[in-house]
Amino acid sequence: MNETPNTTPSEPELTLAEARAQLAKARGRNYWRSLEQLASSGRFHAMMEREMPKQAIAVSEWDPIDRRDFIRLMGASLALAGLTACTKQHEEKIVPYVTAPEEIIPGKPLFYATAFSHGGYGYGVLAESHMGRPTKVEGNPDHPASLGAADAFVQASILQLYDPDRSQAHLKLGRSATWNEFARDIEAALSPLSNGAGFHILSETVTSPTLAAQIRAILEKYPQARWHRYSPVNQDNALEGAKLAFGSPVSVRYAFDKAAVVLSLDADFLSHGPGHMRYARDFMARHTPELGKKMSRLYSVESSPNLTGAQADHKLSVRASQVEHIARALARGLGLNVALGDTTGHDEWISAVLRDLKRSRGEAIVIAGDNQPAIVHALAHAMNDALDNHGKTVELIEAVEADPVNHSASIKELSTAMAAGSVKVLLMLGANPVYNAPADCNFTDALAKVPLAIHHGLYFDETAKVSHWHLAATHYLEEWGDVRAFDGTATIVQPLIEPLYGGRSAYEVLSTVLGRSSRKGLEIVQEYWKEASNAGDAFDSQWRHWLRDGVIPSTAGGVQKAVAKSGFGSGAPAPLSSEFEFIFQPDYGVWDGNYANNGWLQEMPRPLTQVVWDNVLLLSPQTAAARGIKSGDVVKLAVGSREVEAPAYVQPGHPDNAATVYLGGGRTAAGRTGDGTGFNAYAVRTSEQPWIAFGTLSSTTSSVDVVTTQEHHSLDGRHLYRIATLEDFIKDPKWVQAYDEFGQDPTSIYPGFDYSKGNQWGMVINLNACIGCNACVVACQAENNIPVVGKDQVRRGREMHWIRVDRYFGGDPANPSTALQPVTCMHCENAPCESVCPVAATTHSADGINQMVYNRCVGTRYCSNNCPYKVRRFNFYKFADHTTPSLKLQRNPDVTVRSRGVMEKCTYCIQRISVARIAAKKQGRLVNVKQDGLQTACQQACPTRAIVFGDINNPEDDIAKLRASPLSYGMLIELNTRPRTTYMARIRNPNPELEGSSSAPQQGEPV
Amino acid sequence: MSASAPEKTMGYVEIPEVLDLHHTYDTATDKINDVILKKKTPVPIAVAMGICFLLVGLLFTTITKLVSTGIGIWGNNQPVAWAFDIINFVWWIGIGHAGTLISAILFLFRQEWRTSINRFAEAMTIFAVMCAGMYPVLHVGRPWLAYWLFPYVNVMQMWPQFRSPLMWDVFAVSTYFTISLLFWYTGLIPDLASLRDRAKTRVSRFITGVLSMGWRGSARHWQRYDIIYLLLAGLSTPLVVSVHSIVSLDFAVAQLPGWHTSIFPPYFVAGAIYSGFAMVLTLAIPVRSYFGFKDFITQRHLDAMSKVMLATGLIVMYGYAMEAFIALVYSGNPNEAFMMKNRMFGPYAWSYWMLITCNGVIPQLLWFKRVRLHTPTLWVITVVINIGMWLERFVIIVTSLHRDFLPSSWGMYAPTKWDIFMFIGTIGFFGFMMCLFLRFIPMFAGFELRELLHKKKSPPH
Amino acid sequence: MSETDSNPSLYAVIAEFSTPEAMLKAAEKVRDAGYTRVDALTPFPVHGIVEALGIPKSRMAGLVLTGAIVGCIFGFALQTWLTVYQYPHVISGRPYFSWPNYIPVIFETTVLFAGLTAFVGMLVRNNLPRPYHPIFSAPRVEDATTSKFVILIEAADPKFNLKETTEFLRKSGAEFVGEAPFEAADTERNRAPLLS
Repeated sequence: MNETPNTTPSEPELTLAEARAQLAKARGRNYWRSLEQLASSGRFHAMMEREMPKQAIAVSEWDPIDRRDFIRLMGASLALAGLTACTKQHEEKIVPYVTAPEEIIPGKPLFYATAFSHGGYGYGVLAESHMGRPTKVEGNPDHPASLGAADAFVQASILQLYDPDRSQAHLKLGRSATWNEFARDIEAALSPLSNGAGFHILSETVTSPTLAAQIRAILEKYPQARWHRYSPVNQDNALEGAKLAFGSPVSVRYAFDKAAVVLSLDADFLSHGPGHMRYARDFMARHTPELGKKMSRLYSVESSPNLTGAQADHKLSVRASQVEHIARALARGLGLNVALGDTTGHDEWISAVLRDLKRSRGEAIVIAGDNQPAIVHALAHAMNDALDNHGKTVELIEAVEADPVNHSASIKELSTAMAAGSVKVLLMLGANPVYNAPADCNFTDALAKVPLAIHHGLYFDETAKVSHWHLAATHYLEEWGDVRAFDGTATIVQPLIEPLYGGRSAYEVLSTVLGRSSRKGLEIVQEYWKEASNAGDAFDSQWRHWLRDGVIPSTAGGVQKAVAKSGFGSGAPAPLSSEFEFIFQPDYGVWDGNYANNGWLQEMPRPLTQVVWDNVLLLSPQTAAARGIKSGDVVKLAVGSREVEAPAYVQPGHPDNAATVYLGGGRTAAGRTGDGTGFNAYAVRTSEQPWIAFGTLSSTTSSVDVVTTQEHHSLDGRHLYRIATLEDFIKDPKWVQAYDEFGQDPTSIYPGFDYSKGNQWGMVINLNACIGCNACVVACQAENNIPVVGKDQVRRGREMHWIRVDRYFGGDPANPSTALQPVTCMHCENAPCESVCPVAATTHSADGINQMVYNRCVGTRYCSNNCPYKVRRFNFYKFADHTTPSLKLQRNPDVTVRSRGVMEKCTYCIQRISVARIAAKKQGRLVNVKQDGLQTACQQACPTRAIVFGDINNPEDDIAKLRASPLSYGMLIELNTRPRTTYMARIRNPNPELEGSSSAPQQGEPV
Repeated sequence: MSASAPEKTMGYVEIPEVLDLHHTYDTATDKINDVILKKKTPVPIAVAMGICFLLVGLLFTTITKLVSTGIGIWGNNQPVAWAFDIINFVWWIGIGHAGTLISAILFLFRQEWRTSINRFAEAMTIFAVMCAGMYPVLHVGRPWLAYWLFPYVNVMQMWPQFRSPLMWDVFAVSTYFTISLLFWYTGLIPDLASLRDRAKTRVSRFITGVLSMGWRGSARHWQRYDIIYLLLAGLSTPLVVSVHSIVSLDFAVAQLPGWHTSIFPPYFVAGAIYSGFAMVLTLAIPVRSYFGFKDFITQRHLDAMSKVMLATGLIVMYGYAMEAFIALVYSGNPNEAFMMKNRMFGPYAWSYWMLITCNGVIPQLLWFKRVRLHTPTLWVITVVINIGMWLERFVIIVTSLHRDFLPSSWGMYAPTKWDIFMFIGTIGFFGFMMCLFLRFIPMFAGFELRELLHKKKSPPH
Repeated sequence: MSETDSNPSLYAVIAEFSTPEAMLKAAEKVRDAGYTRVDALTPFPVHGIVEALGIPKSRMAGLVLTGAIVGCIFGFALQTWLTVYQYPHVISGRPYFSWPNYIPVIFETTVLFAGLTAFVGMLVRNNLPRPYHPIFSAPRVEDATTSKFVILIEAADPKFNLKETTEFLRKSGAEFVGEAPFEAADTERNRAPLLS
């Protein structure tokens, strides 16, 4: 910092705020350009001179400052991700997951077990670290909620770590401040309060034992203090339902692998909820046809098209408010004492389902969705009880959430207190209520009445902007902590990297509140577990095991014996209303808005709609037609006096006279990526009607373009996706290949290449198992450094995803069957792309992989034209961000970052294959995928193991068996491409009594 | 006829169709040479040049933008990875064909009427191929590496891939350009010589002297000259057929429905000649009136060329008919059938029916002699045909690509302003080169005209 | 005849005619008179002049054919060598030696080589390009590229005798007979303005 500022007197001084303002204006690549301009300007140097001394103090407290750190922080202090290129290994001892050498071998990644928390619940993960630089997150096979899978949120969390928009300094009234200042301020603010009266803490769902213990400690120290909780997507209804049914807030753990019949009452258990990955795995284990195994059957009552409904053997698409009435009818059918609601006109369906349920007592599951009222949950519990599923397919465990409360009530209570002026100090941990609090709370106005509002979060978000203090939080890969999974299993969260931007964890915040500001996360967490485990001297070795395994044994919630009370349903329900109905759903991509600034999630095609970069309002084709609304038209939705405008999207299978409203859009302070995407549905979401709201929908004159990655929804009579009922399949097992005009092996004038020797790679995608969650898409993006191209480029059809999940509708548009088909490079043995490349930039390897040679590609795009599967992706521009340093850190060092003008596509994760091959070669043997633990990124991420990769020459390999199955077929093999990636046809297991009814999906006539 | 009395006979020979026989060797030659030797540039040429120059500027702007930011500025996408770039490439190449055809094939067939348009048509060929050549180079993602398509010895020890139709294109187009240029230049040598001998200034004499390479019309030279001119014509004839056949293989070899068809080579060649003749007329009609060359390019020429267009036009229509028949009926392939239905009734149906109208319906007017001899109408028809032939390539490329095997990957294509700039830019470039040619190079094969004049005046005894 | 009465600075004598027919007649006379170092300059190829002057037939065709054959072999050899030996790759499961794919390129190289041979061959055999030739300094010879037909008899011809030859040519119907010296005479064409 010795160089003298070359600032000219004519230039006015640049202030921190001004600089941030300048940067905030800029967008995307443009932003970085302007950043460099800024950084090179004389005014910048001058300002650094001014700002630095303050930072120097801030630094010196928490570690000895050397020049590199100094420069690093100098950058951080200015919201310059641009300058924080250098990172450090954490000092404390953390333990590799595998028995890898303690010291890092350059080029060899290490994996550490930790846990990602989503909606407050933990998902065990293994974080891949290259030279102390986390680059990817995989599922932890030993963790009950993951079993090795990792959904889109888990995958994308790595990008959040390196997000240049993360808040990079503690701010007091908008100016960077030190931790000590905060400690002083909070102490000064709390001491005058008698017993902490007026001290309120707002957190999201908390399952962390340590954090809960800390808060309890605070509540002991300040008996009058209050702890509020609010997650916009919460389990309130489940909680209240459990109270109704059992009198206590128990959690439920389902065993779908034991269930022969599953009835979902508007529950999207395959893609939502703390246990969804585990549930999907278990469910599919039973729902895929296997010899000598009884295939389970899924009935789904859904108020909005969801992934569970897409898998259903029978789907009933009804308005959300009807579900309760159907549930009552079912309950009554099972002989429970409940008042019947109005008739819904589905009696035949209901009775058929009842018969099926009764046939499978003890191996059925009735599950209610989080957006259904408490009564439906209670009824579900009662039905499970009546079918005596308890203890078999359904287990009650003590609540996983610490001191569970009703979030809506809790936030309401807080805002009332704030409005009344009785809140003196408000500490908000991670929450962003200004954006997502129920509209009727008027949270923002109420917050203005709070003398000291402290916000702790990853981003300088909507709430942070109007708070007095903003404390930069640590990302879970930067902090020590713990978290519990859906079944209660606890995991220690261990950091892989020193906080990039000098953030502090919630544990450290609370510790500071307790007056011990110097304590670090590790001490805090260890202290709790020392006590909890009372292992004494053995603790250290135990601790090491916990860290290594990623789970703390026997922390799963203990099974509760409880019997459902009766009588809760005896009161008659509200009659069916014909009012227009809005169903609030978390967005499949940005969830409740938390992930709005995550490019991977924004660009991930939302399952079923394939919409990117926006949250939309879904309407049924009938409703849309009746109101003359087309996809992309802007509609105005009004709930009570509140209104918001949203882009409509017409979705086949949506119930009529209702609309699904996705949350998570319309952020104003999410960051450069998230701002201005979608619309803010919280504006009309109230604490009384958080999930199902009645209101009015009116069309406006304006329209926007809603961008999707798939414009055509019909299979157009082509046999690309093959599906049949179990019966038909048993009648004619050869049915699948019957479609192939020229048989399985069309003749060619060329002898063809000999692939009979060595490893020959292939992939099988099991259409029975695929639930279309898009975990594979994001996993691939993370593994292969696939760039984000932005809404406009996607609109032009230039998305870069190497694997995509195609979605087709068949049958009746009112209640269509949904076909979900992952498509990636087929690695055809006779690849049409190869022969047309004039420079041999794409050729075939001896192990049967269709390779892309980036350096050789000149970009004629002929290969893409000649690819029947259209899986090739072209860099029309320099899509990869070569400029943002923090994003460079995230990249997988084993994969080339493609530049402008070259073609790219799926490589079967050739970098992983190479690692395995090298290992195998050393021992002079062929690769064995099981022995070498070789998996492609998509395969590893898949919650349902729908993707199987392996050596087709190895008869022991799973893939060999699958390819031999009668269900196996290749797409477009009549072109004699001889694809290495093949599919397993889908088998449905409909109830013979209902077959033919509209609820049974037919195979694909055009919609 | 006696050698002593040619002057006397001159006045009494009646006018043949291909040439005004009032001309003597001198007047004919001077008329050609004067365009070049006289100081003033004719106004129409000057104006045309000015406009074209602006368009050339636009072309270079577009190319700069293209190379500096990437072909993303075009409308190309997935699945339509080829669009205007290849459409224009094929269109220009097609236009080029008329030149070679006229100079080579009609030469072999001893068609007298070719003599007064061949130089002109050959020039057109060369400039059209130049325009065409820009596209394959600039449409690739990394134009600065386009030279990798040539098999040259390099330290990377890498070589091109000869199974790719694009490699065949590289050879076909470069060979075509080279041979056309040689053929053209060979024809020019004697005329440059006569230009040299008529030059008024030392500078013009020097330039023409250098270009004519000291040609003096020696009998020995003429003997060899005759032979190689014939041979070059013989070589160009299969070449002109091969070039567009190979271009058509870019599509025929691919397996995309709408591309993968064996009738493409003949159908492309016919189309090329069709558009080529149309372009020759589009240019020749104004030129003959502005420069007063009606006595060299007579109605007879227009009539003959119209007939060629009518014939090739019918072949092309037959091609469309067969294409539809094979796809819908004969192949029994659902993908093929869908492709054709999509062409006729899909989102791009307008382009298909416009194509049928421009290439199939309107040119049928050429059956009538009155239309053939009514120059303005004829000119309009030729322009319509040029549009039609462009649409043909649009239909083949875009409507086939935008909906292929997997409905999930179907998409739409729309050109951006840069696509259009690039196209009209090349048109400007073509026009500019034509203007330079008309101004500075003999636009008629003088020695062949003199030969023809001699043949006409004194039929061999 | 003897060298003494011939001017060493003289290149040739030229006779000008205004129709090919007249020139042909004269040419036959010249040939019959036994002149061997003769040539004709014409504004377009005049058929029969070669025979009339007794000039030997050219062998261009054979040359071009050779070029074609070389080109054909080159095209085949190049592709075979590259795809089979030098740069073998598995492409679309086709064999390395997938000869049907070679045909288009082979054709093109054949034509290219033949064409180049033809053009270059013609120039070389004609000793072109040739910046200066003594004939250029002959009077009125510039018309030979547009309208006049010229027969020339070189001074180096064994039968050459300035007086006799000139007389002989005049008799054979030439409209003008002139002498072409070796050095360029200072004609007024050479004094023409640089640029007008």
